[in-house]
Amino acid sequence: MVQWPTLYMFLQSMANAISIGSLYALVAIGYTMVYGILRLINFAHGDIFMMSMYFAFYLVAAFALPWYISFPLAILATGIMGIIVERSAYRPLRDAPRISLLISSIGVSYLFQNFAVVVFSGIQKQFPQVPFLQEMVVIGKVRIQVLTFVMPVVTAVFVAALLFLVNKTKVGMAMRASSKDFETSRLMGIDVNRIISVTFAVGSMLAALGAIMWGLKYPKIDPYVGSMPGLKCFIAAVIGGIGNINGAVVGAMLLGFIEIMIVLFLPALSAYKDAFAFVALIAILLFRPTGLLGEKKADKV
Amino acid sequence: MKSNSSNKKMGLSTILTIASLIGIVVLLYMIDQHGFLGSYWTRVLRLSGVYAISALSMNLVNGFTGQFSLGHAGFMAIGAYVTSLLIIPTPNKAIQYYVTPVLDFVGKMHAPFWLALILGGLLAAIAAFFIGFPVLRLKGDYLAIATLGFSEIIRIFITNLIPITNGPMGLKNIPASANIWWTTGICTLTVVFMLRLMDTSYGRAIKAIRDDETAAEAMGISLFRHKMMAFMMGAFFAGVSGGLIASVVGTINPGFFRFTLAYEILLIVVLGGLGSITGSVVGAFVLTISREWLRFLDNGFSILGIIKVPPIAGMRMLFFSVLLMIVILYSRRGLFGSNEFTWAGLFAFPGKWKNKAANLFDSAKQKAGRKK
Repeated sequence: MVQWPTLYMFLQSMANAISIGSLYALVAIGYTMVYGILRLINFAHGDIFMMSMYFAFYLVAAFALPWYISFPLAILATGIMGIIVERSAYRPLRDAPRISLLISSIGVSYLFQNFAVVVFSGIQKQFPQVPFLQEMVVIGKVRIQVLTFVMPVVTAVFVAALLFLVNKTKVGMAMRASSKDFETSRLMGIDVNRIISVTFAVGSMLAALGAIMWGLKYPKIDPYVGSMPGLKCFIAAVIGGIGNINGAVVGAMLLGFIEIMIVLFLPALSAYKDAFAFVALIAILLFRPTGLLGEKKADKV
Repeated sequence: MKSNSSNKKMGLSTILTIASLIGIVVLLYMIDQHGFLGSYWTRVLRLSGVYAISALSMNLVNGFTGQFSLGHAGFMAIGAYVTSLLIIPTPNKAIQYYVTPVLDFVGKMHAPFWLALILGGLLAAIAAFFIGFPVLRLKGDYLAIATLGFSEIIRIFITNLIPITNGPMGLKNIPASANIWWTTGICTLTVVFMLRLMDTSYGRAIKAIRDDETAAEAMGISLFRHKMMAFMMGAFFAGVSGGLIASVVGTINPGFFRFTLAYEILLIVVLGGLGSITGSVVGAFVLTISREWLRFLDNGFSILGIIKVPPIAGMRMLFFSVLLMIVILYSRRGLFGSNEFTWAGLFAFPGKWKNKAANLFDSAKQKAGRKK
């Protein structure tokens, strides 16, 4: 059953795995940040991802802007949308039971999908392409798109910036404080609501960045395009240890590798590719529920 | 004296229940035999009954046991496929599998509708047993995502086991055995089962688990066993409703059982009220009927003859998702909260409203007085 690939195929897959993993990482960070601060699985994150693809699409298709203007604009718009979602759907439920918050995020996800069907129509669209990213680099027998190199680099830059924001700035300190203890942070004079808004904005913008690169790699977009990447990136965040940014990156890379390598070594299973992530999720929840880099926490009674 | 009057009340409500049941049976007879509603609205009512069953099964797990599971689409898919494969006539099956021939055993198997439904439910319950082992140790949102994951795994398997399920092409020409008697009858049976269950020690135990797991465990309730039981019963009814839905709709494919189906059932449960049997049934009927009634939204309409809205597909689903958000944000308890319908409650209803209105009036008066 196991097929041994040639060295070239292996290297090619390796490059693919790194680039897919870095895409997963950008989206997984959004999940992990929101979970860290609100203890909420933001089911709408995958749909925010989808909306940002449409933003980028319409900025290019309808306003005829070049990609280097429209992509940053789309990222910005997505950040604003993240704040609006938080204010309208999550803030009113701040003191409600956690399950209400979860239902609300499912509601937002459902709303976005139906909104996209009405406004953008359910017909598949072609994501705008950037010519120079599609060129092929040939190293020996390995042919790799420029995009495949660009994705991990962009991810690395933005993750570094994020880590700087979280670890070195005042806002970041407030974020870390709020995720440890809401009430105490409030008492210390931190405007927790503002911090949560910033968290949503940053998470959504990273998701938008991921979405745009996703669109460059897989150019077909429709209103449901966000749900599968959304679920997978959440799984990546859980594998790494939810609430932990480094963990999200590690988990995403690992998930990317698992997916690509199983398809490479066991091509018979490639039709079941989307199921691997869920199997990995269940395995990690059973054997190490706090994830690879998560801290152990006892249940409070 | 006191017991006497309560006995009288019991008698009255029993009579009313029996009378309304007879009324429903007569109504069903009219619909079935005389085409009282026309085939279109009859089909809508059949669908409502089926959705009520799936909402009840989800409510059993999510509302009564407090375990937030989103795996219902998967269990419904199992029920739908098992039932359809058992009731589609054998020669018809061979025609449908024209790309990859059907497995010999699957091609030959056949069963009457009632048995097919039960087998579909049982298989879904067995699947729930194996899924529940790892998953039911999780809590809250982790449980939600893990069950959703399993439901997607089930769907991926159904898509790829082509010799058994016909893969992405799905199954067609499923006999329409589920007439209005079947759907309403099974829906009623489910309601009665749920009502009886809530009166047993099992029912009280699962509600105790919902309210406080630690306290329930301290009282000697086996958490895992009760959660597993509720999960399997929920899956059984989800499987049965899946089988019914296949027979009502006539064609199924893996795309039908995406996790958005679970969202739609969750919408019914939340609208009706998590933890209310009445709420799930009323929610299912209200939502399914108004979804059909609102079809004009998709077909384009005009507001007062002035503003013309062009036909846009999906408009009513957008309407429903906005409605869902309003319910979630402003009336979190839904239509019924965790209350049930009772005849006494129905009779007290106008009085209650009168009181409320009077209170409102008084407080308005007071406010006005204060302003002066």
